[in-house]
Amino acid sequence: MALVKYNNRSILNVTALDSLASGGLNLLATNNITSGVSSSSFTSNIDSTYDTYLFKFINMHPASTNTHFRVNFRDGGSNFDASKTTTTFFSRHKEDDSNASLGYDNSRDLANGTGYQDIYFDTGANASDECGSGTLFLFSPSSTTFVKHFMSVSSSYGDTPRAYHNFMAGYCNTTSAIDGVDFKFSSGNIDSGVIKMYGLSKS
Amino acid sequence: MSIVTLNNRALKDATAVGTTTGLGDLVFISRSTASSSSSLSITSGIDSTYKEYIFVFNNIHPATDGANFQVNFRDGGSDYDATKTTTFFNAFHDEADANTGLNYFAAHDLAQSTSFQSISLAVGADNDQSTSGKLHLFEPSNTTFVKHFISQFDSYESTNYSTNYFVAGYCNVTAAIDGVQFKFSSGNIDSGTIDLYGVN
Repeated sequence: MALVKYNNRSILNVTALDSLASGGLNLLATNNITSGVSSSSFTSNIDSTYDTYLFKFINMHPASTNTHFRVNFRDGGSNFDASKTTTTFFSRHKEDDSNASLGYDNSRDLANGTGYQDIYFDTGANASDECGSGTLFLFSPSSTTFVKHFMSVSSSYGDTPRAYHNFMAGYCNTTSAIDGVDFKFSSGNIDSGVIKMYGLSKS
Repeated sequence: MSIVTLNNRALKDATAVGTTTGLGDLVFISRSTASSSSSLSITSGIDSTYKEYIFVFNNIHPATDGANFQVNFRDGGSDYDATKTTTFFNAFHDEADANTGLNYFAAHDLAQSTSFQSISLAVGADNDQSTSGKLHLFEPSNTTFVKHFISQFDSYESTNYSTNYFVAGYCNVTAAIDGVQFKFSSGNIDSGTIDLYGVN
């Protein structure tokens, strides 16, 4: 058989290459929200295939005002109610150049609580451009030995209006596997936004 | 030149295609697995190939209860002793809901020191306790600038706290950084993995 030499032009439109190593960031699912939904869940592909999962939430826009974007985890069964201990802190600054601050927020952390954990807060639907974006890492969700650590960093547009830089981290205090993640607002629907889930290659 | 028609069969067993050296912006480089290890050193794959490297840590578990997880950098030779100036702060919250806070932690920053830098403190050694997180190292092969790094960890501490640690700083050298070492302040790394990625 003749030796075939490929060049950039000849494989311009190839979209998949069997057995070729992929990149380290593997897109597993995309929840593209274009009309109101009460929550956005990821209930498949969270397993031992990857040790590190990355969620990117982009331009999450609520239907209600003064509401908080939240997350919870499923550790068996159908409910998102894993016990969590967390920390939350943020910096903020109003558009009128007031209220610049940095502080721990003990009204939004959890101490072995099963409720939803705030990722960012006080955002709203007062203006069509209000939203929040950020990332959440989830470590070794399928481990049945250790607790499950997670960390989130986000930027959000507060209702007042002001900019927030939000930091949240903690662990699901369970040795059961985490097999689902749910995002929602504290009140009202998710009006629009995109949430992507990636797995980070481990070989 | 004739038109070459490709199909799945023609490319099925290809493992490399011309100048395409990576697909995607995050490229897996290596995994280091601890097994009662005194330290984990990563001495290959850190060069001029990428401008940014990310180390991802999963369930780093100490043999000694309450030990601090630490990092140091190699700037030539065989020792991990690059001079560093760093900042260190954390947010903490205990499971009993009795204590919270956000503090700069001067006892754990460095000022032109060659010592190891703590990046996650007081990690518990109970069976389910560990620390997980990430560390970014920027352009380690640059010989003009200092070498910046940024880390974030969540630690399940020996006293049943969730603590979120933030460390950043720079290796104050213009020599290339070609190796990174991780260890606990006392005792072995009982278990855990460290994955190294390059960012295109």
